[in-house]
Amino acid sequence: MAEAPLLDVRNLQTHFRTPDGVNRAVDGLSFHVNAGETVAIVGESGCGKSVTSMSILRLIPEPPGKIAGEILFQGKDLLKLSDREMRAIRGNDVSMIFQEPMTSLNPVLTVGKQIGETLRLHQGLNKQQAEQKAVEMLKLVGIPAPERRVKEYPHQLSGGMRQRVMIAMALACNPKLLIADEPTTALDVTIQAQILDLMRDLKNTVGAAIVLITHDLGVVAEVAERVIVMYAGRKVEEAKVGDLFASPKHPYTQGLLGAVPKLGSSLTGDETRLSEIPGLVPSLKTRIEGCVFASRCPRATDLCRAVAPALEAKAPNHVAACHYSEKELLAA
Amino acid sequence: MSTSTIQRGILRPEDVAAAAPLPDVLPPVKARRGFFGFIRRHPTMAFGGALMLLIIAMAILAPFLGTVDPTALAPARRTREPSAMYWFGTDMLGRDVYSRVLYGARVSLIVGFAVAFFSSVIGLTIGLISGFVRWADAIIMRIMDGLMSIPSILLAIALMALTRGSVGNVILAITIAEVPRVSRLVRGVVLSLREQPYVDAAVASGTSTPRIIIRHILPNTLAPLTVQATYICASAMIAESILSFIGAGTPPIIPSWGNIMAEGRALWQVKPYIVFFPAIFLSLTVLAVNLLGDGLRDSLDPRMAKKV
Amino acid sequence: MSATLQMNAPLLRVDDLKKHFPLRGGLLGGVTGHVYAVDGISFDIAKGETLSLVGESGCGKSTVGKAVLRLFDITAGQVVLDGQRIDTMSQSALRKIRRRVQVVFQDPFSSLNPRMRVKDILAEPIRNFGLAKDNADLDRRLAELMDTVRLPRDAIGRWPHEFSGGQRQRIGIARALAAEPDLIICDEAVSALDVSVKAQIVNLLQDLQAKLGLALLFISHDLAIVEHMTHRVAVMYLGKIVEVAPRRSLFAAPKHPYTEALLSAVPVPQPGAARKRIILKGDVPSPINPPSGCRFHTRCPYAFDRCKLDEPLLKPTSTGHLAACHLHDLPAVQNPLSRDVSPLH
Repeated sequence: MAEAPLLDVRNLQTHFRTPDGVNRAVDGLSFHVNAGETVAIVGESGCGKSVTSMSILRLIPEPPGKIAGEILFQGKDLLKLSDREMRAIRGNDVSMIFQEPMTSLNPVLTVGKQIGETLRLHQGLNKQQAEQKAVEMLKLVGIPAPERRVKEYPHQLSGGMRQRVMIAMALACNPKLLIADEPTTALDVTIQAQILDLMRDLKNTVGAAIVLITHDLGVVAEVAERVIVMYAGRKVEEAKVGDLFASPKHPYTQGLLGAVPKLGSSLTGDETRLSEIPGLVPSLKTRIEGCVFASRCPRATDLCRAVAPALEAKAPNHVAACHYSEKELLAA
Repeated sequence: MSTSTIQRGILRPEDVAAAAPLPDVLPPVKARRGFFGFIRRHPTMAFGGALMLLIIAMAILAPFLGTVDPTALAPARRTREPSAMYWFGTDMLGRDVYSRVLYGARVSLIVGFAVAFFSSVIGLTIGLISGFVRWADAIIMRIMDGLMSIPSILLAIALMALTRGSVGNVILAITIAEVPRVSRLVRGVVLSLREQPYVDAAVASGTSTPRIIIRHILPNTLAPLTVQATYICASAMIAESILSFIGAGTPPIIPSWGNIMAEGRALWQVKPYIVFFPAIFLSLTVLAVNLLGDGLRDSLDPRMAKKV
Repeated sequence: MSATLQMNAPLLRVDDLKKHFPLRGGLLGGVTGHVYAVDGISFDIAKGETLSLVGESGCGKSTVGKAVLRLFDITAGQVVLDGQRIDTMSQSALRKIRRRVQVVFQDPFSSLNPRMRVKDILAEPIRNFGLAKDNADLDRRLAELMDTVRLPRDAIGRWPHEFSGGQRQRIGIARALAAEPDLIICDEAVSALDVSVKAQIVNLLQDLQAKLGLALLFISHDLAIVEHMTHRVAVMYLGKIVEVAPRRSLFAAPKHPYTEALLSAVPVPQPGAARKRIILKGDVPSPINPPSGCRFHTRCPYAFDRCKLDEPLLKPTSTGHLAACHLHDLPAVQNPLSRDVSPLH
């Protein structure tokens, strides 16, 4: 059964013109997302994960930006669509949840109007139907007293509620793909737990595929099935979530996992000094010829600095862009 | 990895293919430094600055630019059209409009710069006081609200009515009308700066209040204040022309763009050039100052300037 | 509180601290209400100890830090540093004692004056407190500070905007160290940093504490970092401390339902880790109008009638914790918190 993936990104490059050089924010990223699958893209600030998500929805202003490559959604290349065709896809087949729920909601429209607007635009519902559906959506995302909340303005809601409204809006048109860009970063721990719980529930009931953009490895472990690790605009590692956390193959991923303290470390007694990744992320305004991580990698060799390593299978379904095998890395 | 079946969590060769660096999709940007780099990065500021320098040079060098005495009367040669002899023509008293416009630039520039300077200094002082002294703030800001409720040009006219017409009094009147705007701006900036963590850290490091004002608050108000000063400079030049035009400004004996236009007004329909040339110069000067201000705002601190 | 820490007098003692911010409104700008940001909390910190204040946004933890720094006057209570009350001290006496308590803030961008060079930023506290004998001594101290926070010495003449976030945070730490303090308040000092940089700063703070014997008041919402850094933890909710305990026993067996829920809510980087997750309902109530009785009763999974009426006091429980919860007055069989189970497993 050969089934084409829902989203197939090939050789995505998103570059920006800046006064002091071309910023290669995303430089040759390929990945795919199958229907119903949850794929996380992790990395630190400036690694290109958010630019990737904006590129998929073509929300990058051109100029100064430029997107190249192919973004195949259900076999159609989104980069070849007209603006009009793209608008029909945004918020309908593909929708997005942003980090800051306050700034991504319109402060002068009621919650119900904002959810209804998408429905009327994409599904041609009339005013009553749209409002009714909005109430249903609010109920779905667990907002108490939805009939009352639907008439309220964003500022009357708490941060967690607003994020629920954002999710309701994103899900209103039954999207096939949901892109969530740091959906819980601005929230408190207990509210984050509520939202993650909601996202897990909705995944089962709604069945949309999710691309989760985050820097929080804990969130990745809780929600994702497959993980892509990005560094300096490139994919450096990709694996199933269990494999990645159990045996990371790229020195960057290894460093990243070692740099986070584990909750409960005082109980298990494995209290070690946090591992540091020395140095800084390289500037993307100069072309990096070798491995992007070579300048910070503790095991970098002349080969790493000269030649960019290709992604290669280090284990079944586990690729990493490193010249050296695990054994060689351990020996070094 | 087989390519024919796709399952969850399984990678495909396509996802792995392009790890080698791809060619850039944008042409390289040459990072220009020095003079041309500056023009490239700040075109508005460069253009505004160049125009401004030209006008200043014109005002200073007026005696050497083929002008005659701008106040010399020649009744025999009144209202001549522009020609090789009289570039901008002559007015109803036979005075050379070209010479008058060039000398008139001096008045506009002096008034503009002086008002910008004095209202900034006074506004900064008042703004700092109300940003730091709570009880004074309530009183000062109510007075400023009162002053701001009167259109600034009317306030200046009223003040001029109380005094004798002179360049100094014009500067004073426009300055008083502009001070409330500056002090409000400075107060707002000071209040937001006081909330900055680096000010808290300075307090925790035992820095005294006067030192906090001098080292931490003042330098950070200068950027938005400079931007505001350019806009005040432009509006002061316009205000000076309006005052002179309605006869409440610079004494008629001194050639200023407002005076020239006022005198040309009677002949506007038959001899439009008398009004036209000073008006063009006024517009160009105000444009230059505003462009300079926009450029400064963008380059100094775009975030802060938007709040203005 | 462990016995060894009790033996010496504490470096800092905070006693029934309250800070209510007036809300102004209406035509005449009258006081229309109060934000009960901090509403009666007590704790102490020994020399060389790290106490963490944890809680979610709006619980008042940052206000506590600012009150200890005396960046504003407090509403009630006492703040005592080494036997001297600093909440009632005159401004001139205060300026001398400020040397002993310094602060590192969250945002590495707004915590450094953009119009001052690094050397002027670091020299300010040294000059204010008269720590340098002469200019040569000042230069020597500045160079030492740069070494201590692992920044190159020649970077001292640069402007803040020339540094990355992590480097700026190092400058912020160097400024705090310049005053040779006994206590540093870290107000979310690593929260805004990227993972790999965060590890660098956490390690630096731990090294400094070991080397200089500093006490830290570590204000954070990140429980994993807190567990890694701290000796004791105080958990805050809506302006109150609900639980205080030594690190290990807090993470092993929390004695307050809020702590328990907080620990269970943190996502951990272990896929498939089967944990008992307690998901709290609803949002944190407003500190303008806090709930009656126990402030947590509106969200507490174990709340019973008494919780709505009666405010629980912070009392010792069986395991050496201090907890403010009525459950501990019940017989052990009825108390879900008496089973010493960590929500982390």
